[in-house]
Amino acid sequence: MLREITTLLAKDFRLEWRQKSALGGLLLYVGSTVFVCFLSFSLRGGQPPAPAWNALLWVILLFAAINAVAKGFMQESPGQRLYYYTLVRPQAIILAKMLYNALLLMAVALLGLFLYTVFLGNPIQDAPLFVANLLLGAVGFATTLTLVSGIAAKAGGNGATLMAVLGFPVMVPMLLLLIKVSKNALDGLDRSVSDQSLLTLLALNMLVGALSYVLFPYLWRG
Amino acid sequence: MTNAKIIGSVLGLLFTVLGVWGGQRLIEQRSAGWFWKALTVLLLVGGSAAGFLISVPPLPIVNESIRNLFFHVPMWFSMIMVLMVSVWYSIQYLRNPSARLDILAHESAKTGIVLGLLGLATGSLWAKFTWGAWWTPDPRLNGAAVAMLIYGAYLVLRGSFRDDQQRARVSAIYNIFAFAAVVPLLFILPRLSGPSLHPGQTGNPGFSQYDLDDTMRKLFYPVVIGWILFAFWLTQVSSRFAFLQSKYDEN
Repeated sequence: MLREITTLLAKDFRLEWRQKSALGGLLLYVGSTVFVCFLSFSLRGGQPPAPAWNALLWVILLFAAINAVAKGFMQESPGQRLYYYTLVRPQAIILAKMLYNALLLMAVALLGLFLYTVFLGNPIQDAPLFVANLLLGAVGFATTLTLVSGIAAKAGGNGATLMAVLGFPVMVPMLLLLIKVSKNALDGLDRSVSDQSLLTLLALNMLVGALSYVLFPYLWRG
Repeated sequence: MTNAKIIGSVLGLLFTVLGVWGGQRLIEQRSAGWFWKALTVLLLVGGSAAGFLISVPPLPIVNESIRNLFFHVPMWFSMIMVLMVSVWYSIQYLRNPSARLDILAHESAKTGIVLGLLGLATGSLWAKFTWGAWWTPDPRLNGAAVAMLIYGAYLVLRGSFRDDQQRARVSAIYNIFAFAAVVPLLFILPRLSGPSLHPGQTGNPGFSQYDLDDTMRKLFYPVVIGWILFAFWLTQVSSRFAFLQSKYDEN
């Protein structure tokens, strides 16, 4: 199982590396969105207020995550899927995909945060908590969206739209908690204020991951 | 945790399990089911009439609008119950696929959506008269609205397939996945997120603090049972219709 996962993970990374256009497109997407925000805020002299800063960051990350995860299952042809099906267990596929998406989204989130602070200023008062929350968010997006992208890929046709329709409402509980904790970190509130939310976030992540693990084999069978 | 709370939770759990099990029996029932349907009519009509007529504790601001308790809250209870039935059908579908289970899961989810929309409407009305606005950014209200969006997405997903079996399987998966998101939205997040106008936010029975002589409680529980039975009845009728339709399509 572990070997299957590492092989699949390596395959995903290699594919990503070979098709640099997709990765480049994603980075350009994040970069240009941040730049558009910078331009629109510079009209009124520089930095946005902290709540707007926070909201915009999460909106950018959310859309970047949808775009990043969407291509995961959709770029594979039905023949390819059948080939994997004969080789490895479906559990290995979903775990590898979640792991890959989590790593990808963590990288994107960190890069996005870097660009964002460069252009739009850095009002964060509790940086370690903020970054930890950001990474937890990236992992959460990855676990939720991986199964959703598998579902959307099955439906065919307008995959990306369907993925947004299916994914957004399911992600709302997670997003609410993330935005709350990141607001606390922005304002530099005491860590104990965010404890409960962070724990709930962790529990949500595990719940969604476990559900994806259980449900994916049924999705894959078709 | 006091003893009373523990007993209350266990009773609630028992009621839920019994509701889901019994609900499936009732929905799939072949016979006419005179007894429970008569009981439903009695509870709904009698409960609504009594809800308008009994004396309620006079409270500032809430005033007579407290009677909405007999309509708004049972709608949510029955929605949750019928959605749980739907999820259980979806689980059964994944274990043992059949077109029948798919139709039952779909129809139960549709009943849940109708009841949820009714619950939103009555809640909005109540909010207008007690809080002064049709909609407030309250965690519970937003959770309920997002839950409706999730089930809307479920219907959109169902609409985007051509192949029946594919649709049945994938939508069963999404149904289970979506319910896992609805539970924190409706039950966990509102409790985490600080002060709220909505009653029942920190302790379970939101109205018990006003209900001094237990009269409201005596009416409330029968009405809840009535609405839950009504949800099963609605699902039974619509799934029978869907069965007939699929039979007609086959021929």
